[in-house]
Amino acid sequence: MDPKPVVAALRFGLGRRPGEPVPEDTLAWLDSQLAPGLPGPALPDDLPATLPAIFQAAIADTVRQREGGMGRPNQGRIMREEAQAALALAIAGPHGFRERLVAFWTNHFAVARGRVPYYAGHYGREAIRPHVTGRFADMLVAAVRHPAMLTYLDNAGSIGPNSPAGQRSRRGLNENLAREILELHTVTPAAGYSQADVTEFAKVLTGWTFAPAREPFGFVFRPAAHEPGPKAVMGRAWPEGEQGGLMLLAWLGRHEATYRHLATKLVRHFVADDPPPAAVGRIFAVLRETGGDLGAAARALIRLPDAWDPPLTKLRNPHDYVVGVLRALDAPPEAADRAFGALQFLGQPLWSPPAPIGFPDRAEDWAAPEMMVRRIEWANGVSARGAGRDAGALAEAALGPLCPPATLRAAARAGSAREALTLVLTSPEFHRR
Amino acid sequence: MSHLPAFGRRAALLGLGAAIALPRVRVAFANAPGEARFAVVLLRGGLDGLFAVQPYAEPGFGELRGALALPEPGQEGGLLDLGGRFGLHPRMPHLHAMYRANEALIVHAVAGNWRTRSHFAAQDLLESGADQLMASGWLNRALSAVPPRPGAQPAGLAVGTDLPLLMRGQVRVGSYAPRGAATPPPDLLARITELNDADPVTGPAITEGLRARGFAVSTLGEDGLARPQPGGAFRALVLAAGRLMAQAEGPRIAAFELGGWDTHAAQLNRLNAPLGQLDDGLGALREALGEHWRRTAVLVVTEFGRTVRINGTGGTDHGTGGVAFILGGAVAGGRIGGDWPGLAEGRLFEGRDLAATSDLRGLAKGLLRDHLRLGAAAVARAFPGSEAAAPAGGLLRV
Repeated sequence: MDPKPVVAALRFGLGRRPGEPVPEDTLAWLDSQLAPGLPGPALPDDLPATLPAIFQAAIADTVRQREGGMGRPNQGRIMREEAQAALALAIAGPHGFRERLVAFWTNHFAVARGRVPYYAGHYGREAIRPHVTGRFADMLVAAVRHPAMLTYLDNAGSIGPNSPAGQRSRRGLNENLAREILELHTVTPAAGYSQADVTEFAKVLTGWTFAPAREPFGFVFRPAAHEPGPKAVMGRAWPEGEQGGLMLLAWLGRHEATYRHLATKLVRHFVADDPPPAAVGRIFAVLRETGGDLGAAARALIRLPDAWDPPLTKLRNPHDYVVGVLRALDAPPEAADRAFGALQFLGQPLWSPPAPIGFPDRAEDWAAPEMMVRRIEWANGVSARGAGRDAGALAEAALGPLCPPATLRAAARAGSAREALTLVLTSPEFHRR
Repeated sequence: MSHLPAFGRRAALLGLGAAIALPRVRVAFANAPGEARFAVVLLRGGLDGLFAVQPYAEPGFGELRGALALPEPGQEGGLLDLGGRFGLHPRMPHLHAMYRANEALIVHAVAGNWRTRSHFAAQDLLESGADQLMASGWLNRALSAVPPRPGAQPAGLAVGTDLPLLMRGQVRVGSYAPRGAATPPPDLLARITELNDADPVTGPAITEGLRARGFAVSTLGEDGLARPQPGGAFRALVLAAGRLMAQAEGPRIAAFELGGWDTHAAQLNRLNAPLGQLDDGLGALREALGEHWRRTAVLVVTEFGRTVRINGTGGTDHGTGGVAFILGGAVAGGRIGGDWPGLAEGRLFEGRDLAATSDLRGLAKGLLRDHLRLGAAAVARAFPGSEAAAPAGGLLRV
């Protein structure tokens, strides 16, 4: 068997399911996953899934609590159903490459569901997913204006000290969002901005908030909270008003330092922990030539020679490991429930990065001794449920020629079918992509 | 150990190994380096030092801090008195009791060798112990100077599912976290280990993880942590790790991490939980270490302090000077250390942050030198390029 389709499914996707057709043209198969209009997570029809419906559900929870009711049932349900739909798509869906891109960009613009339980799912579906093959600058604006980000990085309550609202309430600036946009989402400190740039950018973003209880039930610009006057950020003047912020985000989204940062992160994620400079240079050039076209960057990524040879250079993070194991076991979409708990146990709870920088992306970040032992325990648990499956056939379907004879020999010598499965699922190759 | 001369082997068994490796250090048996316990608690996110330890007598404090300035000691909901000028947050009674027992030293206006206000850059440097990001942490490099004890567990223990950069490096480090799922039978584990043996990433991790797990289980009992613990997860984690550290063959040096400090908004209420968790954890460590507490020093650090002025959303933004706690039975406590720079307009760093007058590296170096009894070369290896930050003296009881 030609290794290329298997390498593609591991490196760029979430692993193969048994019986999945082997593409004849691997690159065309990956390219096809970048086409517009592919389906997103399937939510129950009656789930509050639009922002107005979600806000309404949140208000209903609050009213209920005020009247002495226990808990926040809508919050729990929205969180659970959104997470299950996202994981079900990863486990059972055919477009692993697209799902990996969605996960990558969701992590780039990280929010933590603990802070934004109602919006975390909507954020991924509406602010990130539609833009993973579009322009980076558009994704930046969509992420920054989403209630999840405005809440997570505290901009919703940031008020210009000299605005009418600031004068009235003695409340003021919060610079969190401005700082993290510069540091994490766009140009990074390599661009050489100062504390004054952060503070001025925070002023640019004053008034960027959202309206949960009235039209438009989403992002609004509140002129009364906006710091008056032009602001100077990174050596340029930005006009007062919402337009100033949009112009600044558009400029940051097309900045060379941003492209450099994104190229490095993409290559680190899809190629190697230590990104080969030539590969980074190639992706950087594509981003610059196309004005930040993320679809073009994705097409260039799969055409990097380093992305294919050598294979299996990256340690799977817990998400990719759990989803990869469940796909290899031919698990149904309902396994999303178990996957959710597994991610908690293995140290990468879904949509809960420990900080705005998102989850890390190197082997050393995920290979702590306790974490590896937990992977063994979890794999041993799922292999009990997968009992009856032939470990050799599973290894062949999931890893093909990448499965070394030693693993197959160990599986063949195992004392039971379950032990054979555990051995394959905990072999070095299964931890890699 | 067979390559050592007979005296060396015997000395190592007595916990006197450091005397061999570092002949200039005076070692008394009672506080031989092999018996000293050392823990580092990393508070990730930037603890607001001015909220935890409030200079309530400082002119203008109430005005700068607004609702974050708590009532003075003696008033309802007030600060816990630290000797007339400073007050401790009321959610920290364990730390306060240690302070009153002269077991806690509070160092205000402290910062590391960075002035970045980025969490991530600052934490990288805090854990690297250098002017740039390194592949190993300063605590791991310090461990390389601690002689191995035959038959004992690795001297270092990372607590939690993560191995923080602080503890990464050449020296093998144990890790401990509560159990959560069924472990495969021993013979299957042996075959998994064998299959991964040659892999440079999964091999060592699995071997070390299983070893640590076996040790932890035999000490704590099969379901030692299976049940929910009163006082929160951090307290349970510290209690279990402290019990391991109290064992004769157990680890001596531990690293803990606790988050929840990045309070840009609604800080007044939002810090109650993390401060309480930290305080409960510190109390649990004292309890678990028992008679070894008198040989213990704990360093509690964060990557930076926060802005002096309350911000527009009832919180504080990333700043510079913060607070560090040094506590334990071995510590010369009951006082506020460092030079207080004041909060007057001209005294603030860049007009917004508490100025730093103490260097975090100096505190850590002082503990490595005087508590773990590392020689000058070993301390310099832990903190390369830190000549400007001399080891702080007088941190420990004589």
